[in-house]
Amino acid sequence: MSKELIRLTDLTMTFEDGETVLDNINLYINDQEFLTLLGPSGCGKTTTLRIIGGFLTPTSGSVLFNGNKINDVPSYQRKINTVFQRYALFPHLDVYDNIAFGLRIAKLPEKEIDDRVTDMLEIVSLRGFENRKITALSGGQQQRVAIARALVNRPQVLLLDEPLGALDLRLRKDMQNELKRIQQQMGITFIYVTHDQEEALTMSDTIVVMNKGKIQQIGTPEDIYNEPKNAFVADFIGESNILDGVMLDDFKVKFVGHVFECVDKGFQKNEPVDVVIRPEDVDIVPLEQGQLTGVVTGVTFKGVHYDTIVDFKGFKWLIQTTDYCPVDSHIGIRIEPDGIHIMHKSEYSGLYGDYSSYSAEYDEIAEVSEDAEDEE
Amino acid sequence: MLRMKNKLLASPYIVWMILFILVPLGIVFYYAFTDSITGQFTFSNLSNMGAYLPIFLRSIWLSFFASVICLLIGYPVAYYIALCPPRKQRLLELLIMLPMCMSFLLRTLAWVAILEDTGILNSFFGVFGIGPLPLIRTNGAVILGMVYNYLPYMILPLYTVIMKIDPRLVEAAADLGCRPGKVFTKVILPLSAPGILSGVTMVFVPAVSTFYISQKLGGTGTTLIGDVIESQFKTAYNPNLGAAMSLVLMVLIFLCVSIMNHFGESDSEDGMVTV
Repeated sequence: MSKELIRLTDLTMTFEDGETVLDNINLYINDQEFLTLLGPSGCGKTTTLRIIGGFLTPTSGSVLFNGNKINDVPSYQRKINTVFQRYALFPHLDVYDNIAFGLRIAKLPEKEIDDRVTDMLEIVSLRGFENRKITALSGGQQQRVAIARALVNRPQVLLLDEPLGALDLRLRKDMQNELKRIQQQMGITFIYVTHDQEEALTMSDTIVVMNKGKIQQIGTPEDIYNEPKNAFVADFIGESNILDGVMLDDFKVKFVGHVFECVDKGFQKNEPVDVVIRPEDVDIVPLEQGQLTGVVTGVTFKGVHYDTIVDFKGFKWLIQTTDYCPVDSHIGIRIEPDGIHIMHKSEYSGLYGDYSSYSAEYDEIAEVSEDAEDEE
Repeated sequence: MLRMKNKLLASPYIVWMILFILVPLGIVFYYAFTDSITGQFTFSNLSNMGAYLPIFLRSIWLSFFASVICLLIGYPVAYYIALCPPRKQRLLELLIMLPMCMSFLLRTLAWVAILEDTGILNSFFGVFGIGPLPLIRTNGAVILGMVYNYLPYMILPLYTVIMKIDPRLVEAAADLGCRPGKVFTKVILPLSAPGILSGVTMVFVPAVSTFYISQKLGGTGTTLIGDVIESQFKTAYNPNLGAAMSLVLMVLIFLCVSIMNHFGESDSEDGMVTV
């Protein structure tokens, strides 16, 4: 499981117009791992994937595959296959011929091609669609043909570039499970690009969070969610309230004028820090028992919980709670020590984690996901 | 309701088509099946057609040859243009179309001046004591004239189709193990089939019925069916026979084009965009 397969060292990519899209990327990918490159539109995740696939040559740095440098190996010689954004299926071929394409290029005997294509059709549940035209398939079916066309070649690595981006929510969820199942069943390394943090958390063994051509954090989904390294990661993965605080001592942090117990240590005395509090880690309690008290300024019903916006001395928090607190009510809150996460200050400090303009932020998220589909 | 409105939009053309295409076609039919002197219904115009079979065949074979040459010259150029940056594409497109802005007569006459026995080429060869070579009044000269005049009609549809091929398909083919040559034969060529088809059609159809090119660049041995039809109206004055020839030519063109289309379809299957 833990044998290293791909390593990117000091990878830099500068386009002809002088724009640096990748800035000193260092990353290793283990065999049979499900690794996700996650980040907003334009963060360099697709570029990284295209370099691994052999469609782009990095400006500097090296790409190692099984210890061999493959910077200049053309894509047709790499044991890597790709599921392209919007699939790039061959419109002049039917489902069967699309899937058989790579095997025919490799000049395998027709009998073996037939067996493998049939197996693959089984795996992606497309038996009976052999002779369908690509144009007569739904988005979800096209997407499965694309996966089958890549996997039938039994690559060591499968690259997936926002493969679920064009599907509706329900189909997305189904396909997420499907992909994870296929990956485990076939024991292939998946490198998956997405801007959808939930998708990343659901599917990955390892998540690489990227922004502006740099890696922000590498870790398991739990690590990334529970121990974000900076305000960008905390904000991008899930919802976070990010506050200015001061680390008074080990296990002791002060913010919003109150000293809280926490589980973090190793900071300098009185070091200014960013404090992350996840909306679900805040307990609403009667006023007199509260560590902090505030005024509710907005409530949105979300099904499982209420998104409650609470004003604490001018800074608005998002709290997710199953208790309904009407607007303008005064409430108290308590935070358990393990609900508080401390981060060093970074270039992103102060940019995220304020819910003063809550609804606007939701709109922004929606826009980002639309843009990301057009990302090259 | 919307359908009705859409039909209205087409009505100017429908009126045009009835007046200037369907009615004249009816007249051609009428002439083809009547005797030139008595005006009686007759099949004799058509039954005399056998005598002109060699000319029909020559027309078809010369224009087919010209179409193939146009394809061989046109495809690489169209491919090159399609890969250029957009600005350059527009410039090259303009250059390709430039000869079309020149009069068809002038273009053909210019070739006469180049190819004739006392023309530019033979004068040049004469300096070295060669020739005069028989350049003009040959099949080759007629084919050259066709290629020169109709090449843009080959390049433009090819370029349009090649340009529309998703570059991701090329990447996908490479990803699946295709070397550049294979990418071309397995993906780009089949996807440009509609362009090849419409290019060949647009060269072949006008070439097969042309008369001016063969009159100027050809000799007595290269008479095309277009020339014979013209002479029926202008010198022999037998419009009934001319009409019958036009009718047969029309049927032949129809046949050739549908054979090509059929060939194209079975090669590439449906679901393609035909231009």
